[in-house]
Amino acid sequence: MMRVWKFGDNIDTDAIIPGRFLTINDPKELATHAFEGIRDEFSKEAKKGDIIVAGRNFGCGSSREHAPLALTGAGIQMVVAESFARIFYRNSINVGLLPVICPRASEITEADQVVPHLDEGYLEVSGKKLPTEPVPEFLRRIIDAGGLVAYAKTIRSEDLCIK
Amino acid sequence: MAGTITEKIFSARCGRDVRAGEVVMAPISAAMIHDITGPLAIEKFYEMGGEKVFDPSRIIMLFDHQVPADSLNAAENQKNMRIFAKQQGIYNYDIREGVCHQVTLEKGRVSPGDIVIGSDSHTCMYGAVGAFATGVGSTDMGFALRYGCLYFRVPESIRADVTGSFQKRVGAKDLILSIIKDITVDGATYKTVEFTGETISSMNMAGRMTCCNMAIEMGGKAGIVPPDQVTRAYLSGRGSWRDENISSDPDAVYASWRDYDVSDLVPQVAVPHNVDQVVNVTDIAGTHVDQVFIGSCTNGRFEDLQEAAEVLGDKKFSDDVRVLVIPASKEEYLKALRAGIIERFVMAGALVEAPCCGPCMGGSFGLIASGEVSFSTSNRNFRGRQGSAEGKVYLGSAATAAATAIRGEITDPREVQ
Repeated sequence: MMRVWKFGDNIDTDAIIPGRFLTINDPKELATHAFEGIRDEFSKEAKKGDIIVAGRNFGCGSSREHAPLALTGAGIQMVVAESFARIFYRNSINVGLLPVICPRASEITEADQVVPHLDEGYLEVSGKKLPTEPVPEFLRRIIDAGGLVAYAKTIRSEDLCIK
Repeated sequence: MAGTITEKIFSARCGRDVRAGEVVMAPISAAMIHDITGPLAIEKFYEMGGEKVFDPSRIIMLFDHQVPADSLNAAENQKNMRIFAKQQGIYNYDIREGVCHQVTLEKGRVSPGDIVIGSDSHTCMYGAVGAFATGVGSTDMGFALRYGCLYFRVPESIRADVTGSFQKRVGAKDLILSIIKDITVDGATYKTVEFTGETISSMNMAGRMTCCNMAIEMGGKAGIVPPDQVTRAYLSGRGSWRDENISSDPDAVYASWRDYDVSDLVPQVAVPHNVDQVVNVTDIAGTHVDQVFIGSCTNGRFEDLQEAAEVLGDKKFSDDVRVLVIPASKEEYLKALRAGIIERFVMAGALVEAPCCGPCMGGSFGLIASGEVSFSTSNRNFRGRQGSAEGKVYLGSAATAAATAIRGEITDPREVQ
């Protein structure tokens, strides 16, 4: 069974992965320190398929890509939040962590089971349908490719504008 | 068609008229990488099939977060970046120069009208010279290193129009904290914050850098000050002035327009654990502190050190406070040395360290323990930012930091004679 890990507003990237671990670049090793000092059981108990649910401005602060990587290393594939900080949102898409904007995310509890129906624009949460916001078209292509590294390999030279 | 300075920079660089909301692939004028986020960016560059970077002369590399290397991991990361720089022909400032954002501007690597990225969220500081500059993650940086361009959503702008003259011991840091309090930590998400008005026009470059540096603390994609004679004077001797004649059109469309008057502004302090939790210093005066940090890309310039030294005078720092002073760059360090300021800090009991990020990110030295309180001139007071998650970080100006270090408790710098 998937588990919901619920967090509040303004969860910053220092909370997701503290600065002292940023010399680590491996997602699995980063995951062992995810939310250290904030929520210590996360790194021990999180497993593949679990999701993070948060309030406003998730991932604010530093541009460190170690933050979404620490979450993917822990098996997290989707973060649902009322809103995201800009750099984290984009980093997540680039590394294959799906950020889902759900204005009613606060209605989700840790006891809920969440089934995403993102193409239809909602999350099924213990019988309720919570609407999600669509991903901008350009970012959709990166998600569909499996992240920016994979997308870069498909890019045509005329799409670039090197001067 | 009328545009903001942000829209006009993107239009000029993309070669067509673009407006807020459009997603564009834009050429990069310069890209900055440092020791923390650089290694991943290089890894991504190679994963994307990169062989040679798009233009080594447009890449700024230096180490500032964990210098000199404070762990084996840091040493390995820095070694790998040095090898990359040599292979690619990138000039590497290495550990010699100081904090990335200060050095990038000082070395004349950014001009008005540029589009610049850095794999660090405070890259928005380069807006102080009239460039559009924003922080990106390592994968975006890897892409830009390879292709010399990156996709952007052209942002809407918030206009922050500032009037009035500061009272003594009140300045740019107090202003930007008061603006963040007003706009809130996510009120500028995806937007440029454009600073204008008579107060900004008469503000020195150090103050403009402080303001633009903290645009990210409102969620901003960029901060920008339209280039003027102050910008020209700063950049001319550095070889990076370019007369782009760019500013927002009078009828440009803004997401919102905020007016600020600094005439009655008093010293501001951000209290734990969010940057928009801002109060007047008088509201929390007397709060005990264990450590004071004067430095960082936000407030580690000569002007900040000078202001702190003026407050200090010939007094001593409290024996109950650990005082760390870290100039933002070698250039700023030398100015302070020659002015006799460094000696005064040392005599007063401070530890003066070589230019680097210091305790700002809590990744290197100068960490705080559980239950301890730091007063810092840097930009973030997140829980755990400077060490223990059970510690507390307060943010304020160099003047307030110096006054606080003298008394060992948060102190209004206007009270210290």
